[in-house]
Amino acid sequence: MIQVRLFAALRERAGRDLLELTLPAGVSTVGELVVWLEDSDTALARAFAATPCRMVAVNEVLATEDTDIVDGDVVALFPPVTGG
Amino acid sequence: MKAHCAVQDVTLDSCAPQKWLHDQGISGAIVQFSGHVRDEDGRVEALHLEHYPGMTERLLGTIIEHAEQRWHINGAWVVHRVGTMQLGDEIVQVAVSAQHRQAAFEACAFIMDVLKTRAPFWKKELIDGRWHWVEARERDALAAASWLCGGLEHEPR
Repeated sequence: MIQVRLFAALRERAGRDLLELTLPAGVSTVGELVVWLEDSDTALARAFAATPCRMVAVNEVLATEDTDIVDGDVVALFPPVTGG
Repeated sequence: MKAHCAVQDVTLDSCAPQKWLHDQGISGAIVQFSGHVRDEDGRVEALHLEHYPGMTERLLGTIIEHAEQRWHINGAWVVHRVGTMQLGDEIVQVAVSAQHRQAAFEACAFIMDVLKTRAPFWKKELIDGRWHWVEARERDALAAASWLCGGLEHEPR
């Protein structure tokens, strides 16, 4: 299983903050996961389309869409951060 | 070198960083940045901040480690508030102690600039009774980029 966590505007647009799923066959990077999610869920596809500029963390470490993912990972997707 | 970072949903104590960093003369300089809720020319009524618990605290610690590798500093304090805040409330405190002022000034600016573009916090502003997400600013990205030029593998993350 992997977890996908969504934050801030992306979470609100998707209407959910957490997805738990089996790592889909053929998916080995964050970017491939995003494409798989877009193809499998139209609400998520709309939320991603409305949030084209995104940041990524894998297991709470900043990453990119090229980062590899494996079973057990926690992938977080969120809009650019605005703290401080 | 001592470090303190925290995320809290209650009012920040504006005197705490100086008190905590004071070290009976080892440091000749303490620089403190304090960020406050701005009214944006009267438009903003309140501010709400959310974060990614766990990742935030870890990343703040990593940013401090990078500052420690780069400057001779004796102490660093980073405390960020989350939840709903009123105009003028303190949002973030970054404070650094060092033997001399240059290291304290630069490390404080570095921590703040990197925090703004890397630490997982998101702001919402209350305007005309409705909450709006704040968009990231290009100038914040440029400020952080001016400190970070070695690629992602050398960045605090």
